[in-house]
Amino acid sequence: MRLGFIFGEIAQGLKRNVSMVISVILVTFVSLTFVGTAGLLQLQIGQMKGYWYDRAQIAVYLCTAIDPASSCPQGAAGNDIKKAVKEKLDSATIKTYVASFEFEDHKQAYKHFQEQFKGNAVAKYVTPEQLPETFWVKLKNPNDSQIILESLGGQAGVFEVRDQRSYLDQIFSILNAASLAAVGIAALMLFSATLLISTTIRLSAFSRRRELGIMRLVGASNFYIQLPFILEGIVAATIGSLLAAGAVVAVVQFFVQGYLAQQVSYMSFIGLGDAFLIAPALVLVGILLAAVASSSAINRYLKI
Amino acid sequence: MIRIENVTKKYRGTARPALNQVTLEIEKGEFVFLVGASGSGKSSLISLILREEVPTKGLVHVLGEDLVRIPSRRVPYFRRKLGVVFQDFRLLPNKTVTQNIAFSLEVIGRSRGLIEAAVPDVLRLVGLEGKGDRYPNELSGGERQRVALARAIVNKPAILLADEPTGNLDGATSEGIMSLIERINLAGTTVVMATHDKAIVDRFKKRVVELSGGEIIRDERGGSYRAAESGGES
Ligand SMILES: Nc1ncnc2c1ncn2[C@@H]1O[C@H](COP(=O)(O)OP(=O)(O)OP(=O)(O)O)[C@@H](O)[C@H]1O
Ligand SMILES: [Mg+2]
Repeated sequence: MRLGFIFGEIAQGLKRNVSMVISVILVTFVSLTFVGTAGLLQLQIGQMKGYWYDRAQIAVYLCTAIDPASSCPQGAAGNDIKKAVKEKLDSATIKTYVASFEFEDHKQAYKHFQEQFKGNAVAKYVTPEQLPETFWVKLKNPNDSQIILESLGGQAGVFEVRDQRSYLDQIFSILNAASLAAVGIAALMLFSATLLISTTIRLSAFSRRRELGIMRLVGASNFYIQLPFILEGIVAATIGSLLAAGAVVAVVQFFVQGYLAQQVSYMSFIGLGDAFLIAPALVLVGILLAAVASSSAINRYLKI
Repeated sequence: MIRIENVTKKYRGTARPALNQVTLEIEKGEFVFLVGASGSGKSSLISLILREEVPTKGLVHVLGEDLVRIPSRRVPYFRRKLGVVFQDFRLLPNKTVTQNIAFSLEVIGRSRGLIEAAVPDVLRLVGLEGKGDRYPNELSGGERQRVALARAIVNKPAILLADEPTGNLDGATSEGIMSLIERINLAGTTVVMATHDKAIVDRFKKRVVELSGGEIIRDERGGSYRAAESGGES
């Protein structure tokens, strides 16, 4: 009886402000989709970090003929310098950190450059001598890069020692900023969703003020009076967050896996497993948000 | 049963108190008329007993509850022991007579079985048999007040508060409502009724409490609407 009665009241409330309920559904849907997308982006960044950090190496660029005298006083690196660097990499202190290293001469560097900048005007003008000879060093633990930077940085004939991860960090910080922006927008939208839920609930309470007055007169408990309103907000928000959860799963299934993964085959992307991690969290956030917003709204409206 | 001591009620933003140093005690089973000019404080007194308002100063004890200190979450349970009727009936227009009465039981969590048994009983008691499926706008004023009374007493309250229950009804209809309220009183329910109806007060010869400007100026058993010319005051 009690349950049937409460459900009847909820259905009536939802019917009475259809347009407000629809707007609550849409706003929670859109805002939680943003939250979910931000979450997906974070997971994707994590995945890419793992993938690229594993492949990142340290480049020891040797001096070329065109490098300024300030960093390369003795001009282009000769065989003696290559030998010195090689010996250093092979020395007992450094060898323990190094997984492997390779030497890339002018010709190989030129070949890689031409591949990378195919169709770009710069590919035409560059000559093999302008591209530095390089030792590519792969570390056992990528976090130990500082050791190589320090021991080879000051070496004569070495133009620069560069950890490739420093380029990656730049890219990741841009991606991070993008996902933070998404989180910011999502927070704003969640805020407006909260306000909208409060307004809807208060409107619903206003349209039922006669019933509310009588309920209080005959001694209905506060909980009993408030429950239909809180559930009304929760029902609307749940529909919205289920839609958002569906959207997140759909984005991963059809856009990330169905399109991106096909187009950009050399990169690894998040999968449905990640989406199913985020989807229930979204529904939970939506329900919690609605519960808090609608109970505080009805509490203020009914302050006894 | 109802004990009001040195109660002063001042509404926010008003200079004069609606009730000023009022002391009143009502015993179980009593029938009390509250009379007095418009604005004298009758409705304010009733809303203090109902705990719709709290006094600015003084004590209000009803059915063993200290209504100044009672925590707000207990107020609903306190109100279940009271029945209330007003001049404007306060029925839900989109519910039938039966549904209106059932509503007041549903919201306090009574079982379906109890409701299905109690509602026809109380409809018979107030003389509305066969009209359970009507909507309030299909009833006369007197019938609407009977529905309101049925709703007020269906939960067998210890006290019935009535604020001008016959205010919108003609003489003959008022008589019907009054004999109903008297029967409720005879069954053991304490009745406190605010009214402007001289004929009713004079005929019933019950206890009369007269208010004027927020103060009790007369409290008389077997009294009439106006104070007697000489003496009669207590
Ligand atoms: N909610 C309120 N806020 C402010 N002032 C109020 C409020 N309710 C009543 N009053 C004032 O308190 C005084 C007493 O009002 P009350 O309603 O108790 O009178 P009453 O005896 O019931 O009058 P009536 O016979 O017209 O119903 C009046 O001056 C009124 O203006
Ligand atoms: Mg009044």
